[in-house]
Amino acid sequence: MARLIDIDKWQEIFGSIRRHKLRTFLTALSVWWGIFMLVLLLGAGKGLQNSVEHNFKDDAINSLWIYRGTTSEPYKGLKSGRRIQFDNSDYDLLREQIEGVDKLTGRYYLGGEYFVKHKEKSLSFDVRTVHPDHQFLENTIMIEGRFINDIDIKEYRKVCAIGQLVKEEFFGEDKDAIGEYINVKGIDYKVVGVYFDEGHENEMRKIYLPITTAQKVYEGEGRIHQLMFTMGDANLKETQRIEAAVKNQLATKHKFSPDDEQAIYVSNEFEDYKEFQMVFAFINSFIWFVGIGSIIAGVIGVSNIMLIVVKDRTKEIGVRKAMGATPWSIISMIVQEAIFITSIAGYTGMITGIGLIYGVNTIMVENNIETEFFRNPEVDLYVVLIAFFILIVAGALSGLIPAIQAVRINPVIAMKS
Amino acid sequence: MIQLKQIHKSYQVGTNKLDVLKGIDLDIDQGEFVSIMGSSGSGKSTLMNIMGILDEYDEGDYYLDNTHIKGLNETRSAYFRNRMIGFVFQSFNLLPFKNAVENVALPLYYQKVPRKERQKIALEYLDMVGLKAWAEHLPTEMSGGQQQRVAIARALVTQPKLILADEPTGALDSTTSLEVMDLFKQVNDQGITVLIVTHENDISAMTNRIIRLKDGLIEN
Repeated sequence: MARLIDIDKWQEIFGSIRRHKLRTFLTALSVWWGIFMLVLLLGAGKGLQNSVEHNFKDDAINSLWIYRGTTSEPYKGLKSGRRIQFDNSDYDLLREQIEGVDKLTGRYYLGGEYFVKHKEKSLSFDVRTVHPDHQFLENTIMIEGRFINDIDIKEYRKVCAIGQLVKEEFFGEDKDAIGEYINVKGIDYKVVGVYFDEGHENEMRKIYLPITTAQKVYEGEGRIHQLMFTMGDANLKETQRIEAAVKNQLATKHKFSPDDEQAIYVSNEFEDYKEFQMVFAFINSFIWFVGIGSIIAGVIGVSNIMLIVVKDRTKEIGVRKAMGATPWSIISMIVQEAIFITSIAGYTGMITGIGLIYGVNTIMVENNIETEFFRNPEVDLYVVLIAFFILIVAGALSGLIPAIQAVRINPVIAMKS
Repeated sequence: MIQLKQIHKSYQVGTNKLDVLKGIDLDIDQGEFVSIMGSSGSGKSTLMNIMGILDEYDEGDYYLDNTHIKGLNETRSAYFRNRMIGFVFQSFNLLPFKNAVENVALPLYYQKVPRKERQKIALEYLDMVGLKAWAEHLPTEMSGGQQQRVAIARALVTQPKLILADEPTGALDSTTSLEVMDLFKQVNDQGITVLIVTHENDISAMTNRIIRLKDGLIEN
């Protein structure tokens, strides 16, 4: 019995929808658009966020990078314009004097133009000479062999770890590179490892040498161009404390003012990361602002149309009441219609939005499109479902209020309208 | 069947109070065929709306089939309208998007009668008013007289004790009016109380009792 009555009610609802195709379509469109836009915005925002987070994956996030500079102010009788130069003693200073330094490495760059050779093949690759901890700073992932180790450093071994692309170009994809020799500026280095890097592909076009070997054979005399270290799981405050300590210690040692901003440059990756996180918090709140705006627009659209629907049906409601329709039977009929339209439209909007985002993602993956700004757009289904639910409730309410008003009208007056 | 005791009803028109019914006393027995006459503004439509539980009254008492109709909520009054009264209106008030048989079946829907049974009963009543062949037609495809006969079938379908007709011939030509009045006569012959509001003398002449209303009071 109860089920039969339900079928009757649905027939009334479908009848009403069929009679008012345009109106139903417009209601549905405003809901559809609201959900569709929300899904799209959330997906695009996530894509942007994923891409930046991916760019940070290349390097250890909680790291401090120290570069040489030139003093910009006179200090303790020394003139400004003095070049600051690091060497192995600075490496030792950071290792011994600064609390909180975890993985530490220096970098010594080879000067001048050079080619890297293997037998007759001569190619142009970047060479970095580093300490073993460098592996953690750049998130270098070994796929064959090993990275530079402590014994290489201590014994000035002539070994190298090469990027996957270096290996492919010198030895081909299938051949073994371990044990082969690569010549850098006249000196042969034995390949001990091949690595992969998640960052930009240029990171896989590098050759790593032990820094001590390079300092010795290329007359580096213990010089270091750049120092960097990770700080374990230090929080933002702690990284800033470490940053200040490093500046102070190096200022004392190299005799420049601790306030001199140009004597050395210190870049706190963690600070940068935090800044990006804040930018994303902002972008996210903006997306929510726009998304909620479009949902409100959808809700207003539904309310408006339900208002018209009920006004149009005032006479019908009057007749039904004279025939013995209870207020509830009329209200539930109108509200059920509103809920039906909003849920169908909302669901379609959700599916279209998600479909579009996954379509874009698939196209990007299949065609290997990589941009700096967009990566793996995805939608939080939970959030979308909440938005969907809000729309349905709003649709129900927007039908409910005018329906209650219409039911209150005296049937005689309603029939005369 | 109907007992009205000192029924008063007034409307607020702007800042003025307009007294429409000024103390109506009326008794109508089961099976009577009554017409209520009066010029426009005499309060005849208001009286009928009160008897039809479509409107409330300010003072007095109204008993319909020994039920005190006073201060009922919407759901209760919907119930009494549905079970006890059949309405016929001047402008027919058929739902334009439903065909004849669906219109006739509508009051049964609110009695929660199953669909098939509704359809069957509605067809019987359409047959009674001579429109079985028009069952699938929409109101717009029918003449005024046909529409009013569908409306009468709709009023009868719940087997009410009282038929209230507000100017049922007001929109019809004289030939059709006579047909409709014949139908009411047949209905009355089955023992159903029929009450017709009209301002036409030849219509009221066909009823068994005429109640004249003037300025909110019954003339006699």
